[in-house]
Amino acid sequence: MNTVIRNGRLIDPANKRDEVADLAIVDGRIADLSEIRNPKSEIEEIDASNLIVSPGLIDLHVHLREPGFGWKETIESGARAAAAGGFTTIVCMPNTSPVADSPSTIAWIKDRAAEIACVHVLPTGTISKGLMGEELAPIGSLAQGGVVAITDDGRCVQNNELMRRAVEYARMVGLPVFDHCQDYNLVGNGVVHEGYWSTLLGLPGWPSAGEEAIVLRNVLLAELCDHHIHCQHISAAGSVRILREARARGVKISGEVCPHHIALTDDAIQNFDTNFKMNPPLRAQEDVAALLEGIADGTIGILCSDHAPHAQFEKEVEFDAAPFGIVGLETELGLFLDLLVHKNQTIDLPRLIEMYTVNPARLLQIEAGTLSPGRAADVTLIDPDLEWTFDASASQSISRNTPFNGWKLKGRAVRTIVGGQTVWKM
Amino acid sequence: MTELVKSQMRWQRKDLLGIRELSAEEIIFILDTADAFKEVGTRDIKKVPALRGKTLVNFFVEPSTRTRTSFEIAAIRLSADVINISANSSSLTKGETLKDTAKILEANHADIIVLRHSSSGAPQFLAERLTSSIINAGDGAHEHPTQALLDLYTIRSRKSAVAGLHVVIIGDILFSRVARSNIFGLLKLGARVTLVGPSTLVPREFEKLGVAVSYDLDRVLPTADVVNLLRIQHERQRKEYFPGIGEYIRLFGLTKERAKLLKPDCLIMHPGPINRGVEIDSELADGAQSVILDQVTNGLAIRMAVLYLCGGISGQ
Repeated sequence: MNTVIRNGRLIDPANKRDEVADLAIVDGRIADLSEIRNPKSEIEEIDASNLIVSPGLIDLHVHLREPGFGWKETIESGARAAAAGGFTTIVCMPNTSPVADSPSTIAWIKDRAAEIACVHVLPTGTISKGLMGEELAPIGSLAQGGVVAITDDGRCVQNNELMRRAVEYARMVGLPVFDHCQDYNLVGNGVVHEGYWSTLLGLPGWPSAGEEAIVLRNVLLAELCDHHIHCQHISAAGSVRILREARARGVKISGEVCPHHIALTDDAIQNFDTNFKMNPPLRAQEDVAALLEGIADGTIGILCSDHAPHAQFEKEVEFDAAPFGIVGLETELGLFLDLLVHKNQTIDLPRLIEMYTVNPARLLQIEAGTLSPGRAADVTLIDPDLEWTFDASASQSISRNTPFNGWKLKGRAVRTIVGGQTVWKM
Repeated sequence: MTELVKSQMRWQRKDLLGIRELSAEEIIFILDTADAFKEVGTRDIKKVPALRGKTLVNFFVEPSTRTRTSFEIAAIRLSADVINISANSSSLTKGETLKDTAKILEANHADIIVLRHSSSGAPQFLAERLTSSIINAGDGAHEHPTQALLDLYTIRSRKSAVAGLHVVIIGDILFSRVARSNIFGLLKLGARVTLVGPSTLVPREFEKLGVAVSYDLDRVLPTADVVNLLRIQHERQRKEYFPGIGEYIRLFGLTKERAKLLKPDCLIMHPGPINRGVEIDSELADGAQSVILDQVTNGLAIRMAVLYLCGGISGQ
């Protein structure tokens, strides 16, 4: 079946398009409108008046928990949550069980996704064997197995020499290196931002310097190896400053920001609610300001969720003992639209879409994130002004560990189309 | 018992989680209530029927002898039935969750649960989920409210008022729940507080709580009305915080020489257990200015007052 999406504001940053236009989909691909004018078959019409027609959104930082942790999330449920959030492509992290450090595990994830996921699921492999930070994972075999990046996310390779060799090796096979930036010595057993609230509550502090030290290490290694390192979930003001300086010198380094790090600050932990416990932790107001500045000036070019599902029984424990992380796929677009476009006016809509489409697609070197004719018809329809309330109990995810239940937000995806098929509709 | 209590205030809390959430009026109300119970301790028959028929569980997920014993004696004097349970948090992590264990205590009709736990916030976690009274007997580096109350009680009984006094707390402040609860309580009652210790264990961030921070003990001691010494440990997890006990004593130990800087009526306090010869000279710990054993005795009265007040609310 062929489809035409009519009268939407079509924003396609890769092609520098921002205009009210119709979009044609023929046989699951973006087509020229002329192909629709001579229809061989039935045409589905979608009215997109007052909506944004965006390339399908990409979230390059998601934990789908399979294989191994199906009680938290499955590839199927995570993909549904992604579709409900407006995402047509998600990149899943390798801290599963078994750890995704072998081609066989990657093959399992890809097979499972092909069988059951309603959006594209792209796996990553680990940097080190078993996430142990001691020996290189078989990065070449992982590349042949189809990973889009390597990362030890959730952990961080502490040995600078091993990290250097991983980056050199990844360059050979053309894979970007993603890094969860955390210096274990500086962070210790920290669970919340080291500052006023950690001091007041006696909770172990996680200092900003613990992130900044590794961001700086990554700048040095990206330069040394002339290869791309992408710093995951940046939370601290100093990290933004380091990235800005390095990128100005042309270093192949980038960063991403999650919505909770701009929507919330560390005062949210004062009731010991573990739905506010994530890694890196919620930081101070000046960090939020620095992240917004970094987003505004382009230092930060990618937005993502770090969707990290955990079961209620796992989170409902002592603050120290609770696992880090929150779900985010269904709230991230709404939060960023609300906070970046509407409230703070940090960026405009085309820029936000760029950060969710062409920018991650370029980093991942995948054919996604544009509405160019011939490309797979992955399209997200967004109502940027729709006011809605997030109800965690109605979430598509298996898990409910969110600090945003009941939040009123402005703007969200209303339809998600993957390969020409509507996979989710409000 | 109510006729023993002076104030007209009506106690509203089923739980005692920390000092930070209490008003000055509530703190004074507890101290006044403790006055009444202090008198009970001087009688031949040191027992009153206030909590007869109530069950108190001393639930200690971190080892403690002093605090547990004090709560146990206090509960027995109030005629409560007392059960002691110890666990270590690692077995809790592996097996039953804290929530499940506590729910089982509640299902066994525990009216009052006295919780000691290594995680900050654990008592609040239980209080939000149980109808039993939760009394915080120390949570992580967060609060140890009954210790602060007995310290305030001891100061008040020796100095008549807390307001206007200069209280110096010395030692490992960063990891100390005693320090935090004392800071909150002393400031609420109008005292001036100075923290002294190695910069690694007394970060400047504490100034934002409204206290002074100093690294020069000799300059602070002459104006002190009370010095409260915290136990200093140089174990595995503290090795990176200061070089060793010898240097600690040189810089921050209350030696006989240094004690000469104190005003003659300055009180010397210590929550125990004491490292004799480390944070305090052994003779000073037993000397005329020391109120360390008073603190222990006052602890009984304070804990009786807290159990009586909160236990009277539980299950209502």
